[in-house]
Amino acid sequence: MTRVLRALLGLLAPLLALVAAFAITSLVLISAGDPVGEVWAEILQVPETRNLANIVNQACVLYLSGLAVAVAFRMNLFNIGVDGQYRIAAFVGAVVAGEAWLPGYLNTALAIVCAMAVGALWAGIAGVLRATRGVSEVISTIMLNFISTSVVAYLLREAAVREEGSNTIGTKEIPEGSRIGSIPLAAADSGPGVEVYGFVVLAILAGVTYWFVMSRTRFGFDLRATGQSTTAAVASGINVRRMTILTMMLSGAVAGLVGLPILFGEAYSYGSTFQSGLGFAGIAIALLGRNNPVGIALAALLFAFLEEQSNPLQILVGVSPEIVAITQGVIVLTVVISYEVVRRFLTRREQSRVARAERPAEPAEPAGPAETQDQETRA
Amino acid sequence: MSVVTDPVAPTPAPASSRGRRLRPAYWWLLGIGGFIALLSLLERVTGADDLTSAGTVGATLIATMPIMLAALGGLWAERAGVVNIGLEGMMILGTFGAGFFAFTYGPWIGVAGSVALGMVGGLVHALATVVFGVDHIISGVAINIIALGAVQYLASLTFSGVEGGGPTQSPKIGDVPTISFPALGDRLGEIEDTNWFFVSELAAIARALVTNLSVLVLISLALVVLTYVVLWRTAFGLRLRACGESPAAAESLGVAVMRYKFVAVLISGGLAGLAGGFLAMVASSNYREGQTGGRGYIGLAAMIFGNWRPGGLLAGSGLFGYTETLGLRQGGTSVRALLLLVSLLAIAFAIWQVRRSNFTTATVVFIIGAAVGAVYLSIDQVPGDFTRMTPYVITLLVLAFASQRLRMPAADGQVYRKGSAG
Repeated sequence: MTRVLRALLGLLAPLLALVAAFAITSLVLISAGDPVGEVWAEILQVPETRNLANIVNQACVLYLSGLAVAVAFRMNLFNIGVDGQYRIAAFVGAVVAGEAWLPGYLNTALAIVCAMAVGALWAGIAGVLRATRGVSEVISTIMLNFISTSVVAYLLREAAVREEGSNTIGTKEIPEGSRIGSIPLAAADSGPGVEVYGFVVLAILAGVTYWFVMSRTRFGFDLRATGQSTTAAVASGINVRRMTILTMMLSGAVAGLVGLPILFGEAYSYGSTFQSGLGFAGIAIALLGRNNPVGIALAALLFAFLEEQSNPLQILVGVSPEIVAITQGVIVLTVVISYEVVRRFLTRREQSRVARAERPAEPAEPAGPAETQDQETRA
Repeated sequence: MSVVTDPVAPTPAPASSRGRRLRPAYWWLLGIGGFIALLSLLERVTGADDLTSAGTVGATLIATMPIMLAALGGLWAERAGVVNIGLEGMMILGTFGAGFFAFTYGPWIGVAGSVALGMVGGLVHALATVVFGVDHIISGVAINIIALGAVQYLASLTFSGVEGGGPTQSPKIGDVPTISFPALGDRLGEIEDTNWFFVSELAAIARALVTNLSVLVLISLALVVLTYVVLWRTAFGLRLRACGESPAAAESLGVAVMRYKFVAVLISGGLAGLAGGFLAMVASSNYREGQTGGRGYIGLAAMIFGNWRPGGLLAGSGLFGYTETLGLRQGGTSVRALLLLVSLLAIAFAIWQVRRSNFTTATVVFIIGAAVGAVYLSIDQVPGDFTRMTPYVITLLVLAFASQRLRMPAADGQVYRKGSAG
């Protein structure tokens, strides 16, 4: 009974969060005097195949970002620096791939490894500072974000090749043999643009690896144990400092992958217009997906869906598409709140059940559990 | 750096209570005087003569205030035990508030509007963290996302089609009044031009203070003093800080912990909003998208740098404001000059560490100092990208080397639920 209820509530919580987020966004739209119905009709319509491909592509990128954040989350570390890590990693990956020291896919593999290594090292700075100097990783990763912006801007200017007749600068283009081909989504005759990044396969692989490492290996167990209780981890012989550095590096390595689907599947070079801000979305997605590999995938798809579907809002309904940023942000809050509400509800149920079970044995002292229950209600 | 951190460090309790009261003031004067003297000397040695000009000082003041106000916002929240990463978002709300209300109703309403919108952000944060017990960092991140989206949405709603405005910026807005004493300023300018060691630097600073000084700067500085008085010299402040140190103990003594936290986060939002308003109204003359440029985060860093104390955060934001200004004015030359200072300070620190037989730290710091010195000798100008990242690097270094001496409120960032006192 309880197990069914738990599963049901587990599904109910994110739904509740979505409904609340949509309601709040609608309120904003109404108070601003924008056409609520038309906005939602536009966003919630069934996407065309072309849009579907865009959604999957964007979701692939967001998924990797969410995964990177989740790795650190599992150990109670807040990697706000995914943003900086993926940009510096994508830049290095682009340079390595552009130089083409190795032929074909060997070059691709080398670039991916280099990007992951750079991401890991960049995040490792925050890990080392936390482990050896006790610096909060929240602050240090925020600072590293800003630093990486400057470093990349500087290096880009040093390594850049100016495209003819254009003001944008970028790294050397990746040779054709090292690009990752696309997977056609529908029948081949649907034309160009209806393809998803081949990197999607690698992203799924990353998700499976994440699941395996976290729940099937000793390392994953140590990581989760440290996240739940540092003291318990120390008592069972886990080297917490080492774990902190390793976890941050692992998170950074995954973050290093974030920019690569775009790099190998679409842009082929790192330029000043490379997509930014993916790291912060990753935090929201990891929270929404509750650090679960499948949950993160669903969350990434939802975010990508909202973004893609809101794109034409300005033209069609005359509403700024930034409205979905409000929805996305509110989802983060409501999801956490609704999980908390559900948790409190279950705790209260558990307590009253225990109280009921104990009452016949000790009729004189029903005050203990009842009092806590009272506090749960008040708070 | 050590010059700046010293006054910040908690002074060990001296023998007499009289000594305790006087000491920090002496430290402050000594620290500031020493810093100016160092810069003055540096100017002579390196020829980077924009390090302490009146223009630089004035610009530093303008650059410092938003960071300081954000830091002050962070201080109020964190002293009550609520971490506020959402400062950036509340600042963004403040920039829009200033843009919209100042454009519609005039500058002073604009100031009020920026505070009010910042408080809306604070209200969301307070509701989430205090009432619903959401993790403070999560709520802050969410607020940053929401605020950015909301402001972009609102700006395109209100400023599109208005003359001089657009989806990403408001029309030009009126400025709050400024104070000037031209006669005194000219006299001080003459002294500044004489180029006497230390004296001309002091004159430059004084001149910046009497020329086009925005009233909002004075208000902001007054807010620092007010914060100190309220938080450290009143019963209200004591209770508020108790909520950040040990909420359970505070509650068992009858303090309404939740209410104090709520109020603190609201004030925090208001101050962050004012920081945004300052950016829109004094540092520039309209609301623009992306105007905050991460200053909310720098404010947070300045607060940590300042050891969760008003004086300390003033020093921290001054340092960040100064490096930011240098980056903009002849950045390459000025920041190169600072490299020499950093290098020498690091080497001095290393020698001090050797005398205290702290050889690992000494080696590391010495290598850093030597490397910085080598960079100083090998280049003529620091590239613009590097001058831009100076404040962040300084923050990281300060955190790395001084984090052991920093002490945040004991229950900072912990979710407290009513009745936990039992």
